[in-house]
Amino acid sequence: MAKKQVVTSNINGEEVEFLCKPQQSLLEVLRDELDLTGAKEGCNNGNCGACTVMLNGHPVNSCLVLGVEAEGAEITTVESIAEGGELHPLQQCFLEDAALQCGICTPGFLVAAKALLEKNPDATEHDIRFNLANNLCRCTGYDKIVKAVQNCQTQSKEAVSP
Amino acid sequence: MKDFDYAAPTALEEAVALLAQHNGSAKILAGGTDIIVQLREGLKDADVVVDVKKIPELTELKYSTESELSMGASVPCYRLYESPEIVSAYGAVTDSARIIGGWQIQSRASVGGNLCNSSPAADSIPSLIAHHAVAHIVGPNGSREVPVTEFCTAPGKNVLEPGELLVKITLPAPVSKSASAYLRFIPRNEMDIAVAGVGSWVKLSEDGGTITDARIGVCAVSATPQFAEEASAFLAGKPATDETFAAAGELAKKVASPIDDMRGTVEYRIHLIGVLTKRTLNIACERAKDN
Repeated sequence: MAKKQVVTSNINGEEVEFLCKPQQSLLEVLRDELDLTGAKEGCNNGNCGACTVMLNGHPVNSCLVLGVEAEGAEITTVESIAEGGELHPLQQCFLEDAALQCGICTPGFLVAAKALLEKNPDATEHDIRFNLANNLCRCTGYDKIVKAVQNCQTQSKEAVSP
Repeated sequence: MKDFDYAAPTALEEAVALLAQHNGSAKILAGGTDIIVQLREGLKDADVVVDVKKIPELTELKYSTESELSMGASVPCYRLYESPEIVSAYGAVTDSARIIGGWQIQSRASVGGNLCNSSPAADSIPSLIAHHAVAHIVGPNGSREVPVTEFCTAPGKNVLEPGELLVKITLPAPVSKSASAYLRFIPRNEMDIAVAGVGSWVKLSEDGGTITDARIGVCAVSATPQFAEEASAFLAGKPATDETFAAAGELAKKVASPIDDMRGTVEYRIHLIGVLTKRTLNIACERAKDN
């Protein structure tokens, strides 16, 4: 029986110490040990992206990361996107553009789409669809999600150059 | 998932010692995008999982225009395609890296892991074959080098002996007027396993009109990815035209001995090798004119 290990990570800007078994995924650690239930378990094999979190600045499927690998890592989850009770513009756009129905895929889409807009504010529709291909949605047909991301782009550009 | 221990050695010797000590019951973890799924689904078993991402040799990515490309076995895909120099000189490899899974997968998955997973449909292997890549292996009996062409031995199987570890993959330095491209066919736009895939590398004459050297690798049409030797040899000295590309495509089809499965029929897959060879040669020749 493998022993639990003590792991220290920075999660959403705070130093967090947790105990986990080597076979626990980062997703299990976030949800079951740390009560961060924003990241969802969909397929548990890397296809659906519902468990997307940022690991050292890169989007990953947290179901395909071991909790023990998070030692010393910087992790941000969907819980960090809204600040001080204010929704992030991307979340606001998802709401206004009805980019979700059941909502299971939404945390993953938000994390990945936010990362994309930060990396490439001028992402074209093709870029958005290509970079969000690792996120599956069985409700919306994707169009509304893509439009919400585009509307967020437009709004942030208008905010910069009125 | 079944219980296992976790180790994250920081030196190559330490990793080799660990693997030797566990005599085949240790599994190597690089990006984890294959092995974690295999462990979870019980397809593979491990007493200990050895995370190799803290070993400097496995995370190093070295490249300059005069030297070869040296890619540590755990270098994630995004590091390759985010380097404009690597994209220009090793286009087939970065074409592959950009379509292995989606963005989240590419943040973790490595070309070294793709090679060691040894899937017949591994997207990076035709590109490595096209680039004459060499796998650098260490183990309890020292180090050895194996051309990527000879690395895979059967679906999911390769030349690695128990206790051995892939350290890095090297690709020869680019030469002027050379470039490469990889294409695969899948029924959707992203996130699927190749029905057939082709990586082509070409070197053109200085005026760009003639192919002086070429190498073609194919995947998903036999038990292991293949070097299309006859098609590659045929191209030397031929004009860089659509007719030449089509003729090479016909020859490349000869190495295809695919199976019928849910992704495609034998006939369809063989046909695709012809089409993808033609198209990748065309793209590679266009890219080579600028290099």
